[in-house]
Amino acid sequence: MAIDCLVLGAGQEIGKSCVVVTINGKRIMFDCGMHMGCDDHNRYPDFSLVSKSGDFDSAISCIIITHFHMDHVGALPYFTEVCGYNGPIYMSYPTKALSPLMLEDYRRVMVDRRGEEELFTTTHIANCMKKVIAIDLKQTIQVDEDLQIRAYYAGHVLGAVMVYAKVGDAAIVYTGDYNMTTDRHLGAAKIDRLQLDLLISESTYATTIRGSKYPREREFLQAVHKCVAGGGKALIPSFALGRAQELCMLLDDYWERMNIKVPIYFSSGLTIQANMYYKMLISWTSQNVKEKHNTHNPFDFKNVKDFDRSLIHAPGPCVLFATPGMLCAGFSLEVFKHWAPSPLNLVALPGYSVAGTVGHKLMSGKPTTVDLYNGTKVDVRCKIHQVAFSPHTDAKGIMDLTKFLSPKNVVLVHGEKPSMLILKDKITSELDIPCFVPANGETVSVASTTYIKANASDMFLKSCSSPNFKFSNSTQLRVTDQRTADGVLVIEKSKKAKIVHQDDVSDVLHEKNHVVSLAYCCPVKVKGESDDVDLIKQLSAKILKTVSGAEIHESENCLQIGSFNGTLCLKDKCVHRRDISSSSEAVVFLCCNWSAADLELGWEIISVMKQNM
Amino acid sequence: MELTCLSKGDGFHYPPCHMLNLCGFRILIDCPLDLSAIKIFSPVPSGVGSEASEYLSDESLDAQNPIQKKQKLERQLTCADLVCEEPWYKTVKALHLWEASFIDIVLISNPMGLLGLPFLTQNPGFFAKIYMTEVTAKIGQLMMEDIVSMHKEFRCFHGPDNSSFPGWIKNLDSEQVPALLKKVVFGESGDDLGSWMRLYSLDDIESCMKKVQGVKFAEEVCYNGTLIIKALSSGLDIGACNWLINGPNGCLSYVSDSIFVSHHARSFDFHGLKETDVLIYSDFSSLQSAEVTEDGCISPDSDNNYISTISDNKDSLLNTEDSLEEMEKLAFVCSCAAESADAGGSTLITITRIGIVLQLLELLSNSLESSSLKVPIFVISSVAEELLAYTNTIPEWLCEQRQEKLISGEPSFGHLKFIKNKKIHLFPAIHSPNLITSWQEPCIVFASHWSLRLGPSVQLLQRWRGDPKSLLVLEDGISSGLGLLPFRPIAMKILQCSFLSGIRLQKLPTLVSVLQPKIFLVPDAVNQRISLAAIKTISILNYFENKTLHVPRIVDNPSVEITTDLASKLSWRKLRQRESFGIARLKGGLLMEDGKHRLVSGLEQEESSGKARPLRHWGSVAPELLLDALLKMGIKGSIEQSTGDNGSEDKSIIHIENPNSGLIEFSEMGTAIITGDENVVSQVFQAIDGVLDGI
Repeated sequence: MAIDCLVLGAGQEIGKSCVVVTINGKRIMFDCGMHMGCDDHNRYPDFSLVSKSGDFDSAISCIIITHFHMDHVGALPYFTEVCGYNGPIYMSYPTKALSPLMLEDYRRVMVDRRGEEELFTTTHIANCMKKVIAIDLKQTIQVDEDLQIRAYYAGHVLGAVMVYAKVGDAAIVYTGDYNMTTDRHLGAAKIDRLQLDLLISESTYATTIRGSKYPREREFLQAVHKCVAGGGKALIPSFALGRAQELCMLLDDYWERMNIKVPIYFSSGLTIQANMYYKMLISWTSQNVKEKHNTHNPFDFKNVKDFDRSLIHAPGPCVLFATPGMLCAGFSLEVFKHWAPSPLNLVALPGYSVAGTVGHKLMSGKPTTVDLYNGTKVDVRCKIHQVAFSPHTDAKGIMDLTKFLSPKNVVLVHGEKPSMLILKDKITSELDIPCFVPANGETVSVASTTYIKANASDMFLKSCSSPNFKFSNSTQLRVTDQRTADGVLVIEKSKKAKIVHQDDVSDVLHEKNHVVSLAYCCPVKVKGESDDVDLIKQLSAKILKTVSGAEIHESENCLQIGSFNGTLCLKDKCVHRRDISSSSEAVVFLCCNWSAADLELGWEIISVMKQNM
Repeated sequence: MELTCLSKGDGFHYPPCHMLNLCGFRILIDCPLDLSAIKIFSPVPSGVGSEASEYLSDESLDAQNPIQKKQKLERQLTCADLVCEEPWYKTVKALHLWEASFIDIVLISNPMGLLGLPFLTQNPGFFAKIYMTEVTAKIGQLMMEDIVSMHKEFRCFHGPDNSSFPGWIKNLDSEQVPALLKKVVFGESGDDLGSWMRLYSLDDIESCMKKVQGVKFAEEVCYNGTLIIKALSSGLDIGACNWLINGPNGCLSYVSDSIFVSHHARSFDFHGLKETDVLIYSDFSSLQSAEVTEDGCISPDSDNNYISTISDNKDSLLNTEDSLEEMEKLAFVCSCAAESADAGGSTLITITRIGIVLQLLELLSNSLESSSLKVPIFVISSVAEELLAYTNTIPEWLCEQRQEKLISGEPSFGHLKFIKNKKIHLFPAIHSPNLITSWQEPCIVFASHWSLRLGPSVQLLQRWRGDPKSLLVLEDGISSGLGLLPFRPIAMKILQCSFLSGIRLQKLPTLVSVLQPKIFLVPDAVNQRISLAAIKTISILNYFENKTLHVPRIVDNPSVEITTDLASKLSWRKLRQRESFGIARLKGGLLMEDGKHRLVSGLEQEESSGKARPLRHWGSVAPELLLDALLKMGIKGSIEQSTGDNGSEDKSIIHIENPNSGLIEFSEMGTAIITGDENVVSQVFQAIDGVLDGI
């Protein structure tokens, strides 16, 4: 059996995450994102690779969306409403609640402000979201008889999950985007130790290793503080959900502590509305926030106000959170156009900016002018600050997670090719796990686990339930437990395999047991030296010395070790007496028999006894 | 498997309690507290006057009829009969007979099932793993803290008393004491004495809750690698659950009080409970319901009726009839409250079922908003603020309509905005400093406790009991017997509400045929009330309180999973006699993982030469064939046929002459090799393997 992992998006790049995994005949689509840096047909994953005929319902068992970012959910309305997928879609509760906001906001930005052709409508979004089934963390969902999925906390943004999927004995985890460290409002990713055939991990920061976040937080606060203290305006372009709340918590807190009266604005009602959701979904935030929540809801920001368009040219300092992030379009870009020429002002860019956006241009190098989409140029004289804390895990986090889960294979997606290849080498060499970095449209096939199932007899399980350690110290002490070796796997054509205890095999085969045993009447001592009871004691002491771990039962004139039975032989002519037929008068014999199973043990004892002669 | 029903409980506030023995693990399901028993205690009085006079009048009545001694024994209960001491609390009696350290797992189905747990976890020998849903843990903890804080009032009044023996019980053990009171204290069989406990402290609650592992609905938790335990929504209240336990010997489901369609909590989860091997039905609520108790028993006609309605379709269970009825009840409570407010009277609501309170709050504030009445709503409880805030942060645990609210960005329950516009006032206690400034009558007050012995409900009841315009809303069953005794005479209007708190008896056959368990365990008392004979495909076993029921295993043999890489390493033997068989000796280690036996390649065991040769043989050996085989190895011998001593037994012997002397004896039973020469033996073994099947 094999697991096929077809990468439709985010292969060796960041954007339009979409991976289709086939496990034992079940096909799951993880994420269905849109590329923010593309304007052409490339913005969507190439769905035709999933089904040429376009019959997606039979081609895909279910879709699972890990979080509400556009590069993970952006293509969903298109796929369900335009391509016509009608099967089940799973998301966490926050993702289900917040995705429509994000989609609608994005649609508006694209259509109203950039004047693009509409890719999906508001109705599309609404109809699409109706098909979504909300899931809670750790809840085990039986999608159909064979397919089981489960979500784990991923940090990253509110409601972000990693997804575990299992079909038969084969299991995989798709991480989506995740964060291995706790931030101000979200916890760190948390997952059980699972047995996995494949781990599909994001690798945004495949080579970066970050230290403590506190110096970087301080840097950001100081940059903003310096700007407003100098009478400048600070623009923080961010998406309505996620970084906006994180940075706002940070600023709100700092404003309180430093007693700063400069206003903090949110550009759209969206963020205010989003805070409403955050308040309800408090159970998805960090432990710290959850504890504080009883007394004060941390998403009730004290210093935050709504922004009005007229305030763009208002005098005096301010801080503005404007959507969308990455300065890719919309209001944030408009404000940027007005504020960028002043050297007093500051643009703080949180998170990652996709290639092709203005944000990306600002981050890579120090441009003095920037081309906007419609051809206008803007002089950039303001300060640019890159907020260096990100809700993505760093390379160490990826390695830690991979090591913790110890999957049989790793596939890296959602990263930049050069650094992904470095991480791939690291995973292969340090963890000894095969690792793949497929490009878009490529398929990776790995073997999957299957178990052979057999019914076990009670006798076998019983004999296995009590430890049966054997100690041997030939060169060094070894402890072995041979319990399972008493079991025999029996396969009969066209029947389920059975496991029985070795004593029951003949019954299963409808045969009679045939015992193969050994017997030997062994000379042990010259007659007349001491009496017989002492002799047995003497012998057992000697046997104990040479045969390690022997459990000897002695009685008046016999001794027993395992299946080995020795009795003082009083017969003159025992049939078991071999090769020493002559001296029977003068010698004491021990008549021994033992089973074939204790063959070696028997000979060891015999040789001890022969030495006694 | 073994099931012992420790207590069948009594309604919503006192859920049943069971002990289960599964795969050698002892599982306690629920650990409730019989809070209705604190009715025998006298509430903290606010004014002493009225009670005293009442008491005196009773006394004088007795004095007038000194002859009627018998009547005196049967006399009316009076306030004076109530115990005027710091209350003790009644736990499940039979639970004390079990050694706490032998319990491996505790499963708590709902907050009411948690209230007695600190008594158990106080035990130094208690080491069990405790599972409950996260919401049950949170709400249950708040409920316990509330009880402790309300109980403080008694401590203030009666003074500290740390004796470990309930002194008040001595006074109750006399002939004079009314039977009703005695029954509560000593139980039906008179041996309930040991079940009375002094209330736990906040520290006890905290240390108890530290031991709890909270789970989500349908989250799989694995105990000891053997049992996989899953909580599935029961619909009874927010966070309340049924249990599904999967083990190597099959799967078991436990269905406690459940509601199929709820207007606040997540609805009953059918899917996960389907087709289990054993279903323990533990919904005793039908025994409490009025329709049964009123006519005593159900006539055969109605039985037939039930049978005719059995269907395999769960839709018939999910019809909204019941839930509509519940909504009507709530609406009726609202209208009554509005009516009395209209007439200038206040309403005291002592219902503490969280789901009911939340719905009532929502309905009341909405109806007051739309009417001209300006009546404030007070919620007085030490945990009200936290509880009401908490219930708006758990949308995942609520019914679908309320989940929809999350999607549209509205709070799950409507009380939030009314708290903000000061329509609903929350106070931790009746003596809270701000209460008096915002107090205004008439008003509507939610005050615990439903037993009318603890908390602000006592003072408010004492305040309003003489006012015929005021309304008292009670839980079912409180008004009779001891409940209202300390407050009589009472002029208030009384509305007693019985809300649905379990599966209706008529729906049981349909439920069973939907769930299709192989074995159905049902309380005898329930089975007597309804005919389950129509369900033929399953076997039904009755269980009784305080009797252990053994349930046979039905899964034939547990399954073992063998990893493919291990299976490929096994050395297979073909059998001479039976070609269709293949056999192999096992290797590796047997583990218990995720409730399954699994055979994995363990530490590579020493490949001792001994294990390579067969240890067990079957079939029979023809001496001639063996001799031929030996000859090929260069061992010479001769066959001797001999008859046994009594002539019946046929024996063959091979005498080995070369290279060393030896003897091989053949019989029906087996073969014995007699020689002192190791080499000869190993060669003979080889030869035997050539002619005999073995492993």
